[in-house]
Amino acid sequence: MVGKKNILVACGTAIATSTVVAKAIEEALYDRGISVNMRQCKASEVPSLADDADLIVTTTPVSVDRDIPVIQTLAFLTGIGKEEVIEQIVDALKD
Amino acid sequence: MESLGKLLVESAIILNYPAEDAAGVVSALGEKLYEAGYVKETFVEAALAREKSMPTGLPLLGDTNAAIPHTDVEHVIKAGVALATLPQPVIFHNMAIPDEQVEVKLVFLLALDQPKTQITMLQEIAGVLQDPDLIEKIMQIEKPEDVLGYVSEATK
Repeated sequence: MVGKKNILVACGTAIATSTVVAKAIEEALYDRGISVNMRQCKASEVPSLADDADLIVTTTPVSVDRDIPVIQTLAFLTGIGKEEVIEQIVDALKD
Repeated sequence: MESLGKLLVESAIILNYPAEDAAGVVSALGEKLYEAGYVKETFVEAALAREKSMPTGLPLLGDTNAAIPHTDVEHVIKAGVALATLPQPVIFHNMAIPDEQVEVKLVFLLALDQPKTQITMLQEIAGVLQDPDLIEKIMQIEKPEDVLGYVSEATK
């Protein structure tokens, strides 16, 4: 049994977009019985916070120089391709 | 929880606005929020700068694309949302791919003071963005007060 996975959710200001995305991911994963820790940050903060993350989900481009999966998507805002992205997230959280 | 219907500022709803470009829309909406006491004088400039470095254009499912410009909380006095519909699209840039252009006809300018308390409103905006039929109806509304009623009803 491992602990909860950590998802880092990034956007431009860490105020609006990542709030929507974090909430949507949390709900989608909860429906699948997966409980995670979410943390929001600005895209510019990703390099300094990435160490603790198992997965990074971002709406804006980010640079990550570590071996952590990054999913860049607008699906949680636009609805386009949302189911596929949720599957990607579920897959990325598997050990 | 503060809903979108409550946070939309009636005096900051500009319908069928003949905007020349994205900056023109953001400025016009930001001025309205400033006049109504929602944002500081620095807000418009900050929102424009942020839009340049981190754009907010969103290509949507239907024919109408949207943008959700916003900026840091320090430029905001209290939470409010301004809205513009444009008969002719203006160019924003794609949030995910900043080099890519998005032709936008619906703009929500967000003045946010704290993220957590505005989650309901943000989710409702995402709900609107994901509903092409609702967007087409909003695009046809002619009076600002009708937008408030319509959005409050639609996001119930």
